[in-house]
Amino acid sequence: MTVSDVVLKTEHLGISFGGLKAVEDVNLEVKKQQLYGLVGPNGAGKTTIFNMITGVYTPTTGKIFLEGEPLVGHTQEQINHMGVARTFQNIRLFNNMSVIRNVLVGLHYDERFKCSMIESMLRLPRHAHSEAAMRERAKEILRIFDLEDERNNLACNLPYGKQRKLEIARALATNPKLLLLDEPAAGMNPQETADLMTIVKRIRDEFGLTVLLIEHDMKFVSGLCDELTVLNFGTVLVQGDTDKCLNDPEVIKAYIGTTQEG
Amino acid sequence: MSILFDGLSLGAIYALIALGYTMVYGIAKMLNFAHGDIIMVGAYSVFVVMQRAKSPTDAFLNVACGLLLSLFICTLFGVVMEKLAYKPLRGVTPIAVLITAIGVSYLLQSLAQIFFGAKPHSVSLPTLGTVTVAGAKVSLSSIVTLVVGAVIMALLTWFVSKTTTGRAMQAVSEDRGAAQMMGINVNKIISVTFAIGSALAAFAGLFYLLQIPTAEPTLGSMPGIKAFTAAVIGGIGSIPGAMIGGVLLGVIEKICLSIPVIAPYTTAVEFSLLIIILLVRPIGILGKKRREKV
Repeated sequence: MTVSDVVLKTEHLGISFGGLKAVEDVNLEVKKQQLYGLVGPNGAGKTTIFNMITGVYTPTTGKIFLEGEPLVGHTQEQINHMGVARTFQNIRLFNNMSVIRNVLVGLHYDERFKCSMIESMLRLPRHAHSEAAMRERAKEILRIFDLEDERNNLACNLPYGKQRKLEIARALATNPKLLLLDEPAAGMNPQETADLMTIVKRIRDEFGLTVLLIEHDMKFVSGLCDELTVLNFGTVLVQGDTDKCLNDPEVIKAYIGTTQEG
Repeated sequence: MSILFDGLSLGAIYALIALGYTMVYGIAKMLNFAHGDIIMVGAYSVFVVMQRAKSPTDAFLNVACGLLLSLFICTLFGVVMEKLAYKPLRGVTPIAVLITAIGVSYLLQSLAQIFFGAKPHSVSLPTLGTVTVAGAKVSLSSIVTLVVGAVIMALLTWFVSKTTTGRAMQAVSEDRGAAQMMGINVNKIISVTFAIGSALAAFAGLFYLLQIPTAEPTLGSMPGIKAFTAAVIGGIGSIPGAMIGGVLLGVIEKICLSIPVIAPYTTAVEFSLLIIILLVRPIGILGKKRREKV
């Protein structure tokens, strides 16, 4: 395994809020096109790690690399331009915009559709051409998520499961190398969850994506992820092969708890 | 008939200013109370050009130069004001930003006093005369204001709904954090918003001079407050709302002024309308309910 195959790497990543160490000494190594899971009980620091990778929080200790490039110190939009996109635990779509418009926002910085503000005001034909190309691309992306027919509806009027899918579609539109999914299957019924697993695998293959995901649905995790990091109270409990992790007594203890002895 | 035209054209002026308030509120989530004073800056820019202009034969060329300078200066002021006064306050309590905005407003007025004195200056704009529309005499300046105002608003609507920057503006207004995560440079979008709002104010400044051809340091206060009222009536944050609110307020003002008994109470009528609308529909005519996030 050469270094260039590692898409995301964190070294001794940690953050404290006041005196509270929310995350401590987390070392991740996610390889190209891997589906990597981040699991652990509520409050284990999973979303905090996402927030550090995406530049919402600045880590107190440690480093983060995307294909060898350091991410810490960059703004959120720069990190997105470098190739990281994410979804949110509590869905954060642009609610009063149509489904396709949400995806169009994601295509904002795609070089293929680059058309500066002045250009779009002065050179209408080029603007129209670029707009049409963007809409075509947006429709293609929506088609993957089976949302093409919903494209003119307002995002807030979609059922929950479709909102989750649209959030992934919007993130995908920014053309990321690394996609972070924060509880993508939360609130989905078993059928939707199964569909989502197929979609995640499909976009991984079609777009050459690397996916890091947080999920509580263990069926989803074991069916999808090659490798896991299990967190508890901000520290790494176990790391490695999915089956091995999920059968680890420490993990079972952290999730289900044990009876007090003695 | 002429009252209607005058009302619509005054309404177009209010709408242009209201758009600046509403866009900045929607995108930067702040009330820029110095926005009215940008009109004053624009008016003085026109004044400077008209005063320097030596050849009265080219009156319209002079006005065009005045407008260009005004557009440039206003946009510059808007962007610089945001960078220096508001950007450092991003993320602090809204009340601090509000007070800062009031401070910027007084700063601009005082600067105008220092450079031009407190005395009103009359601005000699070419008179446009009147035309007869459907049997009624209507001043040509009203028609120009109305037409240009309508064109600008149509362009703005197109811009916001059909361009990448427009979409980014809407995205920032919906959810700043998510917009950033989609690669949108929020600071740039806020700058663009201030630039557009101030450019609209430059147009409003020129049109305002066509109605009342005097430039004074406090020129922007009253139209500023009225346009803010219009923005709130229409639903602050909503672009079509600002247009509707502005036109509504302009027409009501001119109708009130044409009835001798009510004329002295015109301003009272306008602000009462605001209070009534806020009582019946606190979010304004086209305002959106803020849904609490879970």
